Amino acid sequence: MPPDLEAIAEQVFVALADPSRRAILAELAAGGPATATDLATRLPITRQGIAKHLATLELAGLVTAEPGERRRVRYRLQSAPMQLAQQFLTALARDWDGQLQALADHLDTSAANERARHRRAGGPHG
Amino acid sequence: MGFPDRIERTVELAHPPARVWAALTTPEGLAAWFGNKGASIDLRPGGPAELLFDNGFHQNMRVERVEEPAVFGFTWQIYGLPEDDPRRTYVEFTLEPTGSGTRLTVVETGFAQLPDADHGTAFGGNTDGWATKLGELGDYLDRDAA
Repeated sequence: MPPDLEAIAEQVFVALADPSRRAILAELAAGGPATATDLATRLPITRQGIAKHLATLELAGLVTAEPGERRRVRYRLQSAPMQLAQQFLTALARDWDGQLQALADHLDTSAANERARHRRAGGPHG
Repeated sequence: MGFPDRIERTVELAHPPARVWAALTTPEGLAAWFGNKGASIDLRPGGPAELLFDNGFHQNMRVERVEEPAVFGFTWQIYGLPEDDPRRTYVEFTLEPTGSGTRLTVVETGFAQLPDADHGTAFGGNTDGWATKLGELGDYLDRDAA
């Protein structure tokens, strides 16, 4: 395992822990690349706050800056770190305990049904 | 290390390995406890399998190991990743007879993997996404119209 998997996942979760950064990431995911000005008009966060959070997110590799129209910088969400965090969440959400309980219940039920069928077949009334 | 790569569980079942094997490797068995809307399986290494759920979700699997009635292994996609993402986790069931029952162990590995060996490519300049895909679609339509 590359040593920085852990670090990348941590950056994603640290970013998501802040409501303003979560709102910015959600807006970029929903609407695609946007400038800081776009984001400031759409979100209840000041232009200064947006700029500060975008700088943090860019440093963490969660968004990238790219040239947009009229030489304004647009920010784009980076999917790769999010997908890595998703792998972490998938491991946490995997419910093998519940699944194995369902398997045990199914085996118990089908065995009981089979015994009942045998009893009926072999009983005095056929 | 906080990033989990491996999940392991063991359960004691009061049923012989043959019954447990059938529950793990037949469409009827899988549909009864796993895919609640149905299941299909081509039981050979490399064979496709599918679990269907009543919320419309379907999980594609690929059979990897078939050693009746002791080892059954498959790979499946990591939930939430794009369909064409190569990352898969590997699930292996091991069945051991215990008197009148079975000790069943499930191990799932591969949560902590990267899409390719080049870490820099994956996390540096990755611009793959809907914008790229839509650009490709635009290019295709342009070529098609020309």
